[in-house]
Amino acid sequence: MTSETRSGTYPPIIELTLARLREFVREPEALFWTFLFPIIMSVAMAFAFPSSSAQTVRVGITPGAGSDAIRQALSAAKDVVLKELPADDQLRALRNGEVHLIVEPGNPPTYRFDPMRAESRLARLVVDDVLKGVAGRQEPWRAKEDLIEIPGSRYVDWLIPGIISLSIMNNGLWSIGFMTVQARLRKLLKRLAASPMRRRDYLMAPVLARLVFLGPEVAAPLLFGVIVFGMPVRGGFISIGMVAILGALMCGALGLLMGSRARTFEAASGLMNLMSVPMWVLSGVFFAASNFPDAVQPLIQVLPLTALVDAMRAVILEGASFTAIRNELAIMAGWTILPFAVALKIFKWR
Amino acid sequence: MELAVRCQNLQKRYGDVVAVDGLSFEVRRGECYGLLGPNGAGKTTTIEILEGLLAPDGGDVEVLGHRWKTDEQQLRQRLGVQLQETQFTDKLTVEETLRLFRSFYDRGKTVDELLGLVELESKRRSWVVKLSGGQKQRLSIACALAGDPDLLFLDEPTTGLDPQSRRQLWNVLARFREAGGTVLLTTHYMDEAETLCDRVAIVDQGHVIAEDTPKNLISALAKPKVVVHEGTLEDVFMSLTGRHLREQ
Repeated sequence: MTSETRSGTYPPIIELTLARLREFVREPEALFWTFLFPIIMSVAMAFAFPSSSAQTVRVGITPGAGSDAIRQALSAAKDVVLKELPADDQLRALRNGEVHLIVEPGNPPTYRFDPMRAESRLARLVVDDVLKGVAGRQEPWRAKEDLIEIPGSRYVDWLIPGIISLSIMNNGLWSIGFMTVQARLRKLLKRLAASPMRRRDYLMAPVLARLVFLGPEVAAPLLFGVIVFGMPVRGGFISIGMVAILGALMCGALGLLMGSRARTFEAASGLMNLMSVPMWVLSGVFFAASNFPDAVQPLIQVLPLTALVDAMRAVILEGASFTAIRNELAIMAGWTILPFAVALKIFKWR
Repeated sequence: MELAVRCQNLQKRYGDVVAVDGLSFEVRRGECYGLLGPNGAGKTTTIEILEGLLAPDGGDVEVLGHRWKTDEQQLRQRLGVQLQETQFTDKLTVEETLRLFRSFYDRGKTVDELLGLVELESKRRSWVVKLSGGQKQRLSIACALAGDPDLLFLDEPTTGLDPQSRRQLWNVLARFREAGGTVLLTTHYMDEAETLCDRVAIVDQGHVIAEDTPKNLISALAKPKVVVHEGTLEDVFMSLTGRHLREQ
């Protein structure tokens, strides 16, 4: 038994990475979710929050004496949509956001609205201004308006880097976590542990494999934003790429950690939801993390997804330098190295 | 004589269940040694301890003159392992799976040689999920042979296979042994032990109750019910324990 033939294979880490990539591309569903999810998400959000600067104000009017005059006055105003609403249907319409404010004719008229809603407060200002103007209010002066459009400040511009970060996290967590549990269930991990394969090679391979598809994964929603929404991209190819790579390494390491001991898909998905769902809310993907109380801000700022989202927005929207985002990069590096080391330590091979 | 495996007074318990209870045996270099016994006798636990996948609670294990505690990496390079129930990745091809395993070893055969050895050349580009049970098992053996091992561990290598697939697998083992390899296998098939093994240990309830060549065990212990019938290891097991081997 001494045939000392050359192996004719690549080093183990490359072969393991290739195996992961093959497995991935031969799974059409995986490809679909990786590339289409962020785009579908961006489209949906863009429809929900239109990018046009003018926000329409939807106003309901109680039918009855004086309602015609009010309708006439308001229909002349810009960006106001009117709807006649009988009294017994008004609460429902307000609750659903079908209208933002209800005007009850009278002298003076009554405004019915929920002051906790920003759109309703805006509607009150607009309606009040129009009606008082019609009623003959004397304007002390009319201010000159200096309108400036700041490209990149729309909601959709702010949102897309968040969605890119979210998809980096989801793909890292779920693809790596699930493949690991699957290999454990199929006793493949045990078989590999019986071979001379170095264990850290096995754990590094899926994280490296993630990097191969990272380019299109980030570029697809970014191009979509540029082409469809005219979103400005101020950061360079290299800086966006570096943030994405570090983000993918971090989320891959977290996926490994979540999958390191789970013996069932249910256990693994429970862990991954436990870790990712709070971050969907807290890390400022859909609305600014600064909305949360100051007391929890230090916690929010060190979350892995917060660091990724903040860094991604900074490089894409502001063209920030690495020095400017060094805190976020440091947090991400920490969330890469520590989970990887712990996963390697506690990983169950059988 | 040089030993491939020496295990003495091996102990392993899972909670209240004693799986291995003072088990001892030795495997010589170049021989094929069989651990024979019913399900739950402790065969798999024993072989997994020898493979360095489980730590024993007590006893002493030496494999190819090395100990797991000190020489793990070195040992793994020289052992071939086939486990019960390993399912390789469905959507990798036979060749890709072999390349992967081959890459872990410093020395060994080429992927082409391995494919030839287990007669899977025609399935080279098939996905693992498309293979028959016998083909999957031969792939598993090919992975175990990837590093040109000195010692091959097989845990119930032919369980669930049809007769033709069993014979094909036995041929693969015969070729490995002709080249000087040592084999330690577990089985509960009597004919398999009689065909393949130079010596067998009959294991029951976690310890060895008899050990010898299949031929000697049969002539010493079997009580043939019919004169023309020579007796088999099945009869040996029955006369030792009063139970059928396949009894569950």
